[in-house]
Amino acid sequence: MNARKSVFVLTMLVLGFVFLYGPILSLIIYSFNESRLVTVWGGFSVKWYRELLQNQQLLGAAWLSLKIAALNATCATVLGTLAGLALARFGAFRGRALLMGMATAPLVMPEVITGLSLLLLFVAMEQAIGWPAGRGMTTITIAHITFSMAYVTVVVQSRLAALDESLEEAAMDLGARPAKVFFLITLPIIMPAILAGWLLAFTLSWDDLVIASFVSGPGASTLPIVIFSKVRLGVSPDINALATILVLIVAIGIVTAGIYMQRQQKRRDLDVQRAIAAND
Amino acid sequence: MAHARPEQKNEPWKDPGATPYVRIDKVTKKFGEFVAVDDVTLHIYRGEIFCLLGGSGCGKTTLLRMMAGFETPTAGTISLDGVDITAMPPYERPVNMMFQSYALFPHMTVEQNVAFGLRQDRVAKSEIRDRVAEMLKLVHMDAFAKRKPHQLSGGQRQRVALARSLVKRPKLLLLDEPLAALDKKLREHTQFELINIQETLGVTFVVVTHDQEEAMTLATRIGVMNHGEIVQTGTPTEIYEYPGSRFVADFIGSVNLFEGRLIEDEPDYVRVRSDELGGVFHVGHGVSAAPDATVWVALRPEKIQISRERPDGDGDNRVQGTVAEIAYRGDQSVYLVRLANGRQVRVTQPNIIRQGSLRISWDDAVWLGWDSASPVVVTR
Repeated sequence: MNARKSVFVLTMLVLGFVFLYGPILSLIIYSFNESRLVTVWGGFSVKWYRELLQNQQLLGAAWLSLKIAALNATCATVLGTLAGLALARFGAFRGRALLMGMATAPLVMPEVITGLSLLLLFVAMEQAIGWPAGRGMTTITIAHITFSMAYVTVVVQSRLAALDESLEEAAMDLGARPAKVFFLITLPIIMPAILAGWLLAFTLSWDDLVIASFVSGPGASTLPIVIFSKVRLGVSPDINALATILVLIVAIGIVTAGIYMQRQQKRRDLDVQRAIAAND
Repeated sequence: MAHARPEQKNEPWKDPGATPYVRIDKVTKKFGEFVAVDDVTLHIYRGEIFCLLGGSGCGKTTLLRMMAGFETPTAGTISLDGVDITAMPPYERPVNMMFQSYALFPHMTVEQNVAFGLRQDRVAKSEIRDRVAEMLKLVHMDAFAKRKPHQLSGGQRQRVALARSLVKRPKLLLLDEPLAALDKKLREHTQFELINIQETLGVTFVVVTHDQEEAMTLATRIGVMNHGEIVQTGTPTEIYEYPGSRFVADFIGSVNLFEGRLIEDEPDYVRVRSDELGGVFHVGHGVSAAPDATVWVALRPEKIQISRERPDGDGDNRVQGTVAEIAYRGDQSVYLVRLANGRQVRVTQPNIIRQGSLRISWDDAVWLGWDSASPVVVTR
């Protein structure tokens, strides 16, 4: 019974992992392929990595994506934090329900519609007030902020809802004005949520293809746009190399963060245990 | 019910010429249609430990939060030391509060937590250091100055919260259920420590609690609240021995309440016939009520003598019954005695001699008797 059960569990585990990571694994393997044909194995080589470093188009697109993602994440975090704060802390003001609905609507809005409507808006604005002139980095960044702000809002709001409000009252009681309470108490405590929101916004922008395609212009192609258009003309192996590097960066980031958090948690648990043991 | 502090000689509330330190005047607070605090007038004097006592939702916390400045009264005024503070924001009031959750800032050390209030007032660095150290010493937390709140036990957190709220030397300290989060042993110990600290510093305390034992131990005076109103104010002894209404009698401690009618009304005693008792109460105090009015007699369980022999004297203040239940509590035993009409009476007796001095058992026929000074007549 038990042996049969463990065989079943093991099979499911393997199948699950293959389903999730098989495609990525094959991509990594083929990035070291000697052959120009993506699907035919021609021996081990790192020549596509060398070629990648000389591909100005890809490197330029990666740099642009990085700039947009960082700018977007920062702006979306500021706006999203403010919206989250308004929703969680200012009670039942007029229009709260509307703000709540509207701030989180982009989470469920089809990307095609968001992209199209933003495109129409930018064109209309250009005709009316002459800004933004043409489409490019500015329009992509604005478009990304509109939808990633919604994610930050949700993350910050839920963290604030879990935060004991008497902490803020205590600070006020001890003589801190509301603005000071925010910077000295609220902000440091919700900082992890804000950082998480920033990372989320960064990632959303970094791999967005649909909205960016609508609002980008000539000369402003983000990395996903370049990769997608290259793949349509036939997959070149240097894309595999690029993808492998990206996977590696993400994996290192996640593993580092995971180890750090686990250590923190362990230390905290130990502290709490000691405190209980020393109970008077 | 032990009373911790020696009976104070100065009782400013009895002196009509004394000036109240905190003056709560006709304060009402509504949340929409709900009236949380209903036309409360209350005077608290300097150096008191005043307890607001009541069940959940009685408005005691709302009243406290209005004193702290977190809520604004819908009507009425609050003044402290002669200054109207009704509309003053919390960060300007010379009032500090100790929160039920303690509300210690988790990202700061014990030292930083205590120093926070002084920093807001831009006190000189060296003075902050001295005052924080002095305060931590007072609450016996000087060895833990560099710890973070999550590294402390519940009792230690409570003491840090107390130090933090006292370090600014407030004119008034508000404590919201200060001991509710501690276990029973620690709570008792901390009650006495709180009283000591209050006496050392001379700060006026207002304590909100739902725990009547805590209120009895701490308070100079207690204000019992119900449905947003203060139903009775008095010293713990007054509240316990002379409850003004059925609600207070029932809320503080346990009590047997009997409905009856006044049959004799003299200035120094009254007699009440009660069908619920199946007998007559002879009560040794006067009552301001119309003859023949419906009244209630409150009789504390510990003031009833239980015995198998018939008590001496005339026929008042005694009744016969059978023992229905016995609960042995170690220090005392609780008897539930069923009267002839089916009504049950609660009686507690201290176990002075080991294994029960009376050796009264289930289904024994017993007599209950009490002194005429024990029952209290309430008219509402």
